[in-house]
Amino acid sequence: MDPATEQTLEGARRTRPEMPGPLPEPARDLPLRDRILDLVAMYPEPKSAVIPALRLAQEEHGWLPEEAFEQVADATGFTPAYCKSVASFYDMFRLAPAGRHEICVCTNISCALVGAGETLRALERELGIHAGETTADGMFSLKTVECYGGCGWGPVVSVDERYHEPFTPGDAPELIARLRREAQ
Amino acid sequence: MSDLRVLLDFEGDRRSMAEYEAAGGYASLRKAVAMAPEEIVAAVDASGVRGRGGAGFPTGRKASFLPKDRKPAYLCVNADESEPGTFKDREIMLRNPHAMIEGILIMSYGIGATSAFIYIRGEYRTEFEVLVRALDEARSRGYIGRDVLGSGYDATVVLHRGAGAYICGEETALLSSLEGERGQPRSKPPFPAVAGLYAAPTLVNNVETLASVPFILAMGPEKYAEIGTERSKGTRVFSLSGNVKRPGNYELPLSATLRHLVCDLGGGAPDGRSIKAIIPGGSSTPLLMPEQLDTGLDYESIAAAGSMAGSGAVVIIDDRTCMVQLALRVAEFYRHESCGKCTPCREGTRWGVEIIRRIELGEAKQGELDLLLNVCDRILGKCLCPLGDAMAMPVASYVTHFREEFQRHIDEGGCPFTAHSPLTSLYHHDDLAAIGAAP
Repeated sequence: MDPATEQTLEGARRTRPEMPGPLPEPARDLPLRDRILDLVAMYPEPKSAVIPALRLAQEEHGWLPEEAFEQVADATGFTPAYCKSVASFYDMFRLAPAGRHEICVCTNISCALVGAGETLRALERELGIHAGETTADGMFSLKTVECYGGCGWGPVVSVDERYHEPFTPGDAPELIARLRREAQ
Repeated sequence: MSDLRVLLDFEGDRRSMAEYEAAGGYASLRKAVAMAPEEIVAAVDASGVRGRGGAGFPTGRKASFLPKDRKPAYLCVNADESEPGTFKDREIMLRNPHAMIEGILIMSYGIGATSAFIYIRGEYRTEFEVLVRALDEARSRGYIGRDVLGSGYDATVVLHRGAGAYICGEETALLSSLEGERGQPRSKPPFPAVAGLYAAPTLVNNVETLASVPFILAMGPEKYAEIGTERSKGTRVFSLSGNVKRPGNYELPLSATLRHLVCDLGGGAPDGRSIKAIIPGGSSTPLLMPEQLDTGLDYESIAAAGSMAGSGAVVIIDDRTCMVQLALRVAEFYRHESCGKCTPCREGTRWGVEIIRRIELGEAKQGELDLLLNVCDRILGKCLCPLGDAMAMPVASYVTHFREEFQRHIDEGGCPFTAHSPLTSLYHHDDLAAIGAAP
């Protein structure tokens, strides 16, 4: 890494606030349909629950197959086509199966100015795939994403929706090795 | 210069209710519910605070546009922070979530809101969890729920996650998304104050704006209005990023200068580099040049310098950077986020990307720079929302300020700056074959 970028990342590590640990995963003891009905009850109009319901369905299936649209449509009172048209608008919904771990690299301007491109290439080399692809063993999907809101602490990489910042090319081998180890 | 801080005037965080209350938290809510609702709106108006999301519209006046006594009415919190370069709402929610929640409750009471909805961008998962905990604490302390602090006012706050779409930061697109639709902007008028969420009167405010409200009531609107400049009151949290020694969020009075933020606090460009250009208010704003560093950070000064204060996101570009690559990245972003509703934006952002890509790759013909400016001109001011403008304005300013650099790409048949520009690895890289065998 060039000395200018190294100096910037050093400064970023000092100004970044401490992030709290994750909350425990919400219980999934109720069937999906009941959890969606709970969402519907939170809003003055049931349509507002469609996007949160799609998220629940995606968590259930790992992505949004036709069955998920049927389930969301049934529970919210809309049609599968409507639910699909909404889902397709938003970047976080997966319309195709993805790897077990989803790694996203922000390549927007602030991250790009401090080496997001190098970070992306390092992850590509480590995984042997390009951004937009999934490894043959189904373990990892790699994506580029637009601004993640970590601009001063970038390059930002998210692993299964948790931010790692700044994430440098040198961090790639360790991350991938750890996730592979944990899968065994 | 004294760096007066209001919102983030402490080290570490005040995430827990205990820490926030120990610092005087929720005293403003107590004060508020003893006032008449219209006095709240009047106090916010008297403070002069303006929307901290991007548009800079006076907050009190915006609240006063809601028709009285028409119910239901809603408050929507815009926590869909996604203008590239902006990460301040995230830090506010992480470090001082109760300030925002207290602000939401005060404002809800002020406008008589039936419910408040916090629309937080889907990617902010940890921040969402911080708010889940903070809202639970506020409910258990009786700040949210029936008959808040004996006032007779029932407060409901719903936390709603987005799912990844920049456009949902635009207030009418946010409302569409919150209603469960594709996040497409709506034609104004009617403005949300008259017909917003579920066609009811709705006030949409940014996280930082609302988080400032408890402090306005605590210190008194007159005192708050003494901070800043004549027309830009109070403090603002500026997000500093890019090629600077100490990037981060810095809260400053609006009377501070760009130089103070970038050079004194941010340390200037790293490793002895020089500053080539400055994005002063998020990626949608036109460039300022290093000789304009003495510009004030207030809305008026930045406008007078030829740009916009926008979201308060200052991005520093040092002398290594190829401006064509940067323009391409900006244009690609807005093309990706264009919802497709208005033709000039849908077609224009695509054209913009194609022309800039040809310039970067050395495939552009003479005259395409003027074509690019022409495309920008055909977008500006011609759409329902400012997303198309958000590409057209910065791209046109990159070409204007660095025309020679763009022209060199065309004349020399490619990018002369690939060796040092930090964006090179995004646009000129080896094919998959060079990456190695897939596992």
